[in-house]
Amino acid sequence: MSPFEYAPAPESRAIVDIASSYGLFIDGEFTPSSDGSSFKTVNPATEEVLAEVAEATDEDVERAVKAARRAQQKLWGPMPGSERAKYLFRIARLLAERAREFAVLETLDNGKPIRESRDVDVPTAAAHFFYYAGWADKLDHAGFGPSPRPHGVAAQVIPWNFPLLMLAWKIAPALATGNTVVLKPAETTPLTALLFADLLRQAELPPGVVNIVTGARATGAALVGHPDVDKIAFTGSTPVGKRIAREVAGTHKHVTLELGGKAANIVFDDAPIDQAIEGIVNGIFFNQGQVCCAGSRLLVQESVAEELVERLKSRLGTLRVGDPMDKNTDVGAINSAQQLARITELTDAGTAEGATRWSPECELPSSGYWFAPTLFTGVSAAHRIAREEIFGPVLSVLTFRTPQEAVTKANATPYGLSAGIWTEKGSRILWMADRLRAGVVWSNTFNRFDPTSPFGGYKESGYGREGGRHGLAPYLIEGSSF
Amino acid sequence: MSTTTPSSVPATDASPGTGSVNPSDPSADEIATLARAVTGAVDLDDAAWRRYLHGLPGVDRVGADARAATLGTRSIKTTSKAWALDTIIRMVDLTTLEGADTAGKVRSLAAKAVRPEPDDPSCPSAAAVCVYNDLVPVAVEALAGTGVKVAAVSTAFPSGRASRAVRLADTADAVQAGADEIDMVIDRGAFLSGRYAQVFDDIVAVREACHADGRDAHLKVILETGELVTYDNVRRASWLAMLAGADFIKTSTGKISPAATLPVTVVMLEAVRDFRAATGRQVGVKPAGGIRTSKDAIKYLVAVNETVGEDWLDPDWFRFGASSLLNDVLMQRQKLSTGAYSGPDYVTVD
Repeated sequence: MSPFEYAPAPESRAIVDIASSYGLFIDGEFTPSSDGSSFKTVNPATEEVLAEVAEATDEDVERAVKAARRAQQKLWGPMPGSERAKYLFRIARLLAERAREFAVLETLDNGKPIRESRDVDVPTAAAHFFYYAGWADKLDHAGFGPSPRPHGVAAQVIPWNFPLLMLAWKIAPALATGNTVVLKPAETTPLTALLFADLLRQAELPPGVVNIVTGARATGAALVGHPDVDKIAFTGSTPVGKRIAREVAGTHKHVTLELGGKAANIVFDDAPIDQAIEGIVNGIFFNQGQVCCAGSRLLVQESVAEELVERLKSRLGTLRVGDPMDKNTDVGAINSAQQLARITELTDAGTAEGATRWSPECELPSSGYWFAPTLFTGVSAAHRIAREEIFGPVLSVLTFRTPQEAVTKANATPYGLSAGIWTEKGSRILWMADRLRAGVVWSNTFNRFDPTSPFGGYKESGYGREGGRHGLAPYLIEGSSF
Repeated sequence: MSTTTPSSVPATDASPGTGSVNPSDPSADEIATLARAVTGAVDLDDAAWRRYLHGLPGVDRVGADARAATLGTRSIKTTSKAWALDTIIRMVDLTTLEGADTAGKVRSLAAKAVRPEPDDPSCPSAAAVCVYNDLVPVAVEALAGTGVKVAAVSTAFPSGRASRAVRLADTADAVQAGADEIDMVIDRGAFLSGRYAQVFDDIVAVREACHADGRDAHLKVILETGELVTYDNVRRASWLAMLAGADFIKTSTGKISPAATLPVTVVMLEAVRDFRAATGRQVGVKPAGGIRTSKDAIKYLVAVNETVGEDWLDPDWFRFGASSLLNDVLMQRQKLSTGAYSGPDYVTVD
């Protein structure tokens, strides 16, 4: 045992008041669901029930869409961009001011380490609002023709892996462009969206501009299927994304989808090795690997594979797995029992198909949903763990011999969300980036998110871009003049 | 990356993880043999060194900075903080390097190093007192029998801009006067102009001077990373110094800004880790200059803990070159035991 054991350093949860029950946020008011139904949200690290949350019915969705339509037509759409910007700046500032409250609540409801919610999720969410606030009065000059117009009402369905950050990615560009919003947070992580609704009241955002309807699959289906929404933005699994695309085909609705991924993180023999190790760790163990763009397939040049895996293993030995509220925790809890079951099933398949499984020694808490960081070597491209999105802290290591082979292997997936390249050779980075069919290609880094940079997929990872100037496009109808 | 593969290196006498000291001090010939084995070069000329040092894996600055920043977010509280504060005191090379230094100043500093907290016998001593050459006799006398070492900055410190003969004479002088440790500077001009063989030979020669007449002064090699500028250079200079027989690699003289930084220290820690894996020889690391607060020093300890592990968490293998750090640590230490800040009036000023 090291003489330097870190004493527990728990973040205080006193800063956030969690109500015993939450209503739906429709037309600026919190209201119970029309039939009084609700569901529980739990802390995945302890299985403690945090709150009862209203489950929106078709009728509630109807009310929310109506409120959004009214607000869009009467107020938010006609409002000058410079005025909309003021609200967005105000939201951004409030989010930054209340950052600790949001971070604590995010960690409690999601299971991610407080270090990540504090240093990544919340500041990046605030940065998104700041960024798009700046666009609101400049849309005429954004490259979408003169006077581009909003679609109207945006229906937005977001996942549980970055509850607040995905909310920001969706709401900020929609509001900047003059759309109003009905947003459905994920069933297992509704709380920061509801706290955000509270923040919107504090910001005095006019009623109906943002409506938040909590619920499960039925609520999402009711929202997406509602005839009076104009634009659908979905982030989540590829199967659900496909269902949405089928459902809206032939309607007037515009859709953007940000779906699954099975990203290749490609390490060449001339890579900056110590930083590559950090990038691999950050690529797959950030947020317990529950990241659509996670670098879940490590492609290593064969000449250095053995050494790299040894270094990686010794680094994984220093990861601190456990209480997400502890400020020194690197890897927290899996978000739900269902997700844990999926990770377990796929890793079992990895072992059964003949890959070699390894995890560092780490003691997992007895309650809650936990999965140790896991590394598979001897993985063949045919194995399920090399093809299917695991969405957990599980890395599959494969090898390649030449740059062309790396490109071919990296592209050999139905997905195409992200990729990473590690080499000191600049020309090779450019050569690779031109050939990788992935929406985001990171060079000598991984899992970096910036509001100014577009994010989105190729192939079955979806279509449409979020972030940057490109992120305005899905929320605008191009203007033209004759 | 192949540079860290141990297979090309002859078995050496130390095995990793055994603790405090490397069992034997290799001779100049043994050092050269090891350097040839590691570099794969018969002639250790500039070209050979260039091939080898430029073949080391690169360091990505953005990534290295990010790693150090993450390590800096660790929250060290209560019992772990108490352990860290005492360990920092035990690792401090209490330093005075002023033109105005006097015997009185050095004696005062020596007393402080031996008993940093006069009213608290549980407070450990500092590792060493670090002075200019001419004050070594004063420090030796003041510290005799206390276990606190005397370190001398030598080789025409801080610039090193003197002939090798002068620099060696400088070193011999300090060793003769009884310095336990010599902090030498490398010739940054030679390094930056690619004359690696000269830097290597310098270090080997100074090391010989440290061992002259049966003495055994430990050699700390100052890279002056603020003048090397790039992390690639820091990694290369670290390997060059270690292959030349350095017992410690040290970041800075404290006379150049920036002095020690956390990312530079992490890069050097990675180098000593890889060097031990390749050769079996453990080398210490000393960040110096600019570390003034307990909070900063704890970040360095965290970096040691998570980069190279507990084998380096000891004054034999990790030091802080500092002057004002000690008082801040003492104030934090008092705060931890009494629950209240005492303030600068409650630590001695030396």
